[in-house]
Amino acid sequence: MSRKWAVSLFAAAALAAVPTVHAEITIGATFGATGPAASLGIHYTQAYQLMPKSIAGVPVKYIILEDGSDATAAAKNVRKLLTEDKVDAIMGSTGVPISMLIAQGAAEARTPFVSLSPVSVSPEQLPWTFIVPQSPELMIGAVADHMKATGVKTVGFIGFSDGWGDLVYKATEFHAASHGYRIVTNERYARADTSVTGQVLKIMVAKPDAVIVGGSGTGGALPHRALVERGYKGQIYHTHGTVNSEFIKVGGKSVEGAIAPTGPLIVPEDLPENHPTRKVSLDFTTRYEAAFGAGTRNAFAGYTHDGVTLLATAIPGALKKAQPGTPEFRAALREELENVRNVVGAHGVYNLTPADHNGLNESARVLVRVENGAWRLMK
Amino acid sequence: MDIVLWLTQDGVTNGAIYALLALALLLVFTVTRVVFIPQGELITFGGLSFAMLDAGRAPGTLYILVLGGMAAAAMEAFAAVREGDWRRLPRAMTLYVVLPSVLALVIAWAAPHRFGAGVQALMVLAMVVPLGPIMYRIAYQPLAEASILVLFIVSMVVHYILTGLSLLFFGGEGLRAQPFLDGGFRLGVIEISAQSILVVAASGLLIVLLWLLFERSLYGKALRATAMNRVGAKLVGIPTVLTGHLSFLMAALIGAVSGILIAPLTTLYYDTGFLIGLKGFVGAILGGMMSYPFAAAGSLVLGLLEAFSSFWASAFKEVIVFTLIIPMLVWLSLRSHHVDEDEDK
Repeated sequence: MSRKWAVSLFAAAALAAVPTVHAEITIGATFGATGPAASLGIHYTQAYQLMPKSIAGVPVKYIILEDGSDATAAAKNVRKLLTEDKVDAIMGSTGVPISMLIAQGAAEARTPFVSLSPVSVSPEQLPWTFIVPQSPELMIGAVADHMKATGVKTVGFIGFSDGWGDLVYKATEFHAASHGYRIVTNERYARADTSVTGQVLKIMVAKPDAVIVGGSGTGGALPHRALVERGYKGQIYHTHGTVNSEFIKVGGKSVEGAIAPTGPLIVPEDLPENHPTRKVSLDFTTRYEAAFGAGTRNAFAGYTHDGVTLLATAIPGALKKAQPGTPEFRAALREELENVRNVVGAHGVYNLTPADHNGLNESARVLVRVENGAWRLMK
Repeated sequence: MDIVLWLTQDGVTNGAIYALLALALLLVFTVTRVVFIPQGELITFGGLSFAMLDAGRAPGTLYILVLGGMAAAAMEAFAAVREGDWRRLPRAMTLYVVLPSVLALVIAWAAPHRFGAGVQALMVLAMVVPLGPIMYRIAYQPLAEASILVLFIVSMVVHYILTGLSLLFFGGEGLRAQPFLDGGFRLGVIEISAQSILVVAASGLLIVLLWLLFERSLYGKALRATAMNRVGAKLVGIPTVLTGHLSFLMAALIGAVSGILIAPLTTLYYDTGFLIGLKGFVGAILGGMMSYPFAAAGSLVLGLLEAFSSFWASAFKEVIVFTLIIPMLVWLSLRSHHVDEDEDK
């Protein structure tokens, strides 16, 4: 009996020692589904439940780690994913600062990074970084066009006192000269502030024709309500980070008429039949709301969807060149990603090139407006 | 000139809330030597529970109440068995298990009926106030004699656990309640909102009640005695467990009231309370961390400073507010004679 045990143990050990040819693709990711950006991170993370379990017949394993939007925890996660799990591609993250950190790690480990927040990276990192979301310039461009069309000459800005507020401010500044407006205030507030009276008064004093709120989610509602309460009559614009149903719940009647840019997946029902992403956007939104409840549609889950879609398009080609889990596969995957053409995501049509690692154009943005307590496409 | 008045109104409203919190923090600190960081979570629970009841939903605070009560009862039962003091058991079971469960059932039944803001506020108090003593029983009572530093670390742990539970039960997005009172009235050039008057009035009333409690009642005197001299109070027969429970009860009451007052003024998130509680703490430090009137005055100054700095330099608002404590801390440490209670032992 004991000898039989010994033999089988030895056999098991020998089997374990043989390097198995594991035909399995590993995709790693780190998000902050807890911590300050939880309202975004939860959507990014839970969308993975709807992602394909196999690509081109090869099973896919998703390793999703939690970083609480904390840079130290995220750095640890990135190192673990890249060196221990040896992921074939890495995805993330909830915020721009952590995504920049992943970009650096991924470039060093020569692993493709599919960024789900709108980062801008250095030329050395660019080859390995692919950016899914629309850039703030592209999105605010839609707002700038609308302001130009309605004759807005002065703009008041109020935004989060963090990286997101800065990005939106820079994008607003970027379009100022070409669209003939002047930014008259640069006010900042924090999501957890109990009052924005001071900032709002400053905007009222400057009397801008329109106000842009650089917040996200329900955080955008506080200045909007305060502006309306103080009797501000101009148009108030928001960003694509703000577009969700909770914003309207918190904002109530005050936010009626708010305008924001967003990806087409927020209003797929309102899109014309011939809109390039209508089918994919509608399909994803339907599946997401079936899984997580009516009214849960949001841009962030869509970025997860589009990121995985880009990888799923590139993986078959890479599989022909190398085995998953090897450096050769990661290099092949990177090359394939650079040649992704006309891939329809929930947010837009992606055309990646070695120079353009985002590949979205104006078709990836629409303007929506709050009408009768819901976000509707502006015609 | 209008702007100065507007900002003053805003600053006084926020300052009144900070003053309440500063009093609670000071009370807990002087009586139990606990730096009560989870005060912020009690604000969050109060505010978010109120906002959820406002929307006709039963808040997750109920689970925290019932499960927390059970954990406290288990600890109490363990202690009773170990000390062979069986008579404590029925009382502990009633207080920690039966009472919270009955409250939870009643509130779960009442939530969809939307009985109006007054009743909902009472329901929130019934849910959040018992959390204070429960928290004390679970986390602090077993370590009541530990050093300030150990108690501080326990506070951090409790804070993180409660923030996690808060995210679980309330979700990542913010909530906002309807104001108790709509409208307001004009005073000269500015319009004063009814809600901000309510905040100031409620804070003022609570402060007066606290003062009466300390001056007139036996329990209040026991608290004051413990705050002045723990060992002395013990020697004359004031049980520290009682004063501990009492101070946490009052801190929870203040937290819940602040939460209810803030919920209609701003968007509350699962982690908002921490920063508000921290500002109450800054207020208490500005008052020298020893006297109630000074703490209240310090909090008002803080509220005004915050309002004016959000107008002049909004990007640096928090920097300005938190920098304020540095000169105060320097002054406090120069003035102190380094005979902390901890080092006495």
